[in-house]
Amino acid sequence: MSDVVALILMVGITAYALFGGADFGAGFWDLTAGGAERGRTPRSVITHSIGPVWEANHVWLIFCLVVLWTAFSEAFASIMLTLFVPLSIAALGIVFRGSAFAFRKEVTRTSSQRNFGAAFATSSVIVPFCMGAVAGAIASGRVPAGGKAGDPWSSWINPTSILGGVLAVTVCAYLAAVYMVWDARRLGDADMVEYFRRRAVVSAVVAGIVALAGIFVLHGDATYVFHGLTSRALPLVILSALCGIGSMVLLLRSGHRGARLLAMGAVATVVLGWGVAQYPYILPTSMKLSAAAAPDATLWSVVIVFVIAAFVILPSLGLLYYLDQRDLLAAPAVEPGLDGEREARA
Amino acid sequence: MASALGWVLAVNPVPWARAQMAFTLAFHIVLVPLGVAWGFITLIANWRAIKKNDADALRLAQRWSKYMAVTFAVGAVSGTVLSFEFGLLWPRFMGRFGDAFGIPFAIEGLFFFLEAIFLAVYIYGWKRLKPWPHFWTGVPIVIAGIGGTVSVVAANAWMNEPAGFTLNSAGKVVDVDPWDVIFNKAMPLQSLHMLVAAYLVGGFLVASVYAFGMLRGRRDRYHRIGFLIPFTVAAIAMPIQMLVGDEMARWVFNNEPVKFAAIEMVPKTSTDVPETLFGHLDDKGQVVGGIAIPGLASILSDPAEGTSTQIQGLDSFPRDERPTNSQVDVVHLAWDVMVGLGTFLFLLSLWYFASWVFKRRMPKSKLFLWIAAAAGVLSVVTLEAGWVVTEVGRQPWIVRNYMKVEDAATANTGVWITFIAVLLVYVGLAVTVILVLRQMSRRWREGDAEAEVDDGGPYGPRPAPEEHAANADDDRELVP
Repeated sequence: MSDVVALILMVGITAYALFGGADFGAGFWDLTAGGAERGRTPRSVITHSIGPVWEANHVWLIFCLVVLWTAFSEAFASIMLTLFVPLSIAALGIVFRGSAFAFRKEVTRTSSQRNFGAAFATSSVIVPFCMGAVAGAIASGRVPAGGKAGDPWSSWINPTSILGGVLAVTVCAYLAAVYMVWDARRLGDADMVEYFRRRAVVSAVVAGIVALAGIFVLHGDATYVFHGLTSRALPLVILSALCGIGSMVLLLRSGHRGARLLAMGAVATVVLGWGVAQYPYILPTSMKLSAAAAPDATLWSVVIVFVIAAFVILPSLGLLYYLDQRDLLAAPAVEPGLDGEREARA
Repeated sequence: MASALGWVLAVNPVPWARAQMAFTLAFHIVLVPLGVAWGFITLIANWRAIKKNDADALRLAQRWSKYMAVTFAVGAVSGTVLSFEFGLLWPRFMGRFGDAFGIPFAIEGLFFFLEAIFLAVYIYGWKRLKPWPHFWTGVPIVIAGIGGTVSVVAANAWMNEPAGFTLNSAGKVVDVDPWDVIFNKAMPLQSLHMLVAAYLVGGFLVASVYAFGMLRGRRDRYHRIGFLIPFTVAAIAMPIQMLVGDEMARWVFNNEPVKFAAIEMVPKTSTDVPETLFGHLDDKGQVVGGIAIPGLASILSDPAEGTSTQIQGLDSFPRDERPTNSQVDVVHLAWDVMVGLGTFLFLLSLWYFASWVFKRRMPKSKLFLWIAAAAGVLSVVTLEAGWVVTEVGRQPWIVRNYMKVEDAATANTGVWITFIAVLLVYVGLAVTVILVLRQMSRRWREGDAEAEVDDGGPYGPRPAPEEHAANADDDRELVP
């Protein structure tokens, strides 16, 4: 039973990585888009791309937290106790990211847009780094079970955590760039298609290098997970590499719809691979899933909620993405045109 | 590094964790009514716009949904902070009781998902979805708001009235009955109380903006409708809340006697207990100051028994299982504020209805508009006060009779740092939200003025917003 709920948790984490992660990655490209003039067009693609969907994608994080604290409450408590610092930074980063993005869309003065944009973009890099570092801390066994806190600093400032953080940032950037190739295409902007296609290829290479380097880091620093990745999770690792290479080939040949799916596959298999590699532990190697699991009735509640979600939330999400991809979700038209006029007059 | 910082960080985390949780909740709870009730208010305007081809109502619905996009974003992220804080500040509570306490949140998660999805569809769907399908995409927002409120408050009610779990000898939760956890004894009334509160605060808050506009001379149809829709929602919710609140108070009297003793500030068990307005407890736990209305607390607690109703005093509970004297002062004051302001807002609603009954129109006097303009902030104060009553009144427990707050807190001594960081960030956030909303409003108002000039003066027919949309630049170029 605890395995079923662990699988649900992994589904949530994967969905958050694929969708929420890409929204953070969009922030990375926002950060690196250059000055107000030069970055105007890519930033408009970014705003257009994540505007309607980021809040729904963000809920996957809440989903993961809730499943974790309901089904594996002791593990949740241990993680939160040891990783107080990176998680506090992440929480505040999420506040900056979400609110600054919402504000930036609504203000018209360039200086305000720049300030909110900077807050949005910087926090979009910090949050995935912290999340990756947290994953690294867990994977490398630095979160002890049993109500005792691990080291508040070295638990997340260590080789595996830094690997996790850097990998998270690059993977998010990679996904975002791949998605935005299509968003730019939908907008009919050939320059931006090329702009993000180049970035998608570069970030794919960087993510690949980081992942390769990661093998050596894990070998020395996270033995249990390393052994898992090279044994039972090996098929997923290979699949991830194949997907990554495949998507790059398609991107280099200037694109095919499949590149996006393959990119998603590459990332999803990495996340799932991590989960499989540390099985049956939720905190390697001090707490097993079964030991952390809540009583059966609680686990059943989580499963039932998940089944309801599959019937209610997934179609709703599907509707959102469908409308979004069909370009039926435009920026709300209250007094459109005004912003442009204002700019012109200024 | 740890040792170098050790002396700076070695501060007892409990008061800081308390302060941080209280502050972030107090912040989030202001956004809740907007998330829960504003969608409903907007849909009324939207409905009217389509049914009666009402351009003013349409403009209001569109603008409200745009404001909502901002407040919902801030509500979503400040809500996320709360999720983190459960673990960051109260890991021992979550580690032990997450198995039970978490269940209502799993259900809340579903509603939050629905709300986020359909809010996005609704907000972004104005331009390219057909009017009625677009309207219907707003309905799940309302349902999710109601469901989400009920689920979250169910979790809070569970802390007041824990049920549906069995502890083994080591204090670990070994058996859970999810149904009893969700439908704990405090849940029905407490959820209803908060839900109605969300509608009346949301209504009063939105209406207050238009009351201000009218006071500044903008007494046009647009402002009148902008006032009437939300104010009517609040004014209908208000009498319902008086009934629910009254029932709730009696429920607390019967089920949470310690909290009730703190609410009524009753030091010693007795009959014929006076209702004391304001006042406080001295060092010896005696009531000082305030205005005592003889026998009223007893009468209200059980009207059938009247003044002979016995109310348990604070002295009938062990000192370490009831709020401290200063906490009792806070609970009692918050209670007076809630009931006082609630009654005031109730009278305001009666005034509004009386005017409709006798004059067939809303009250037009400046006095009414001034009070209505203040009602937004006053209703928020009422809401915060009510929340203080239930939370501080439960002290020292986090899970009543099972776990104390001090036993739930994190061992991280750096909480004072995160508290200060959160305080600064949230104050900045609050100021920014208000500035951004005001800027949006000003921009639209200037746009309206220009549109009127374009159409040959203020008395000409107003163009429908759809025409604006059709003439507009493509949104792609518009987005900064």
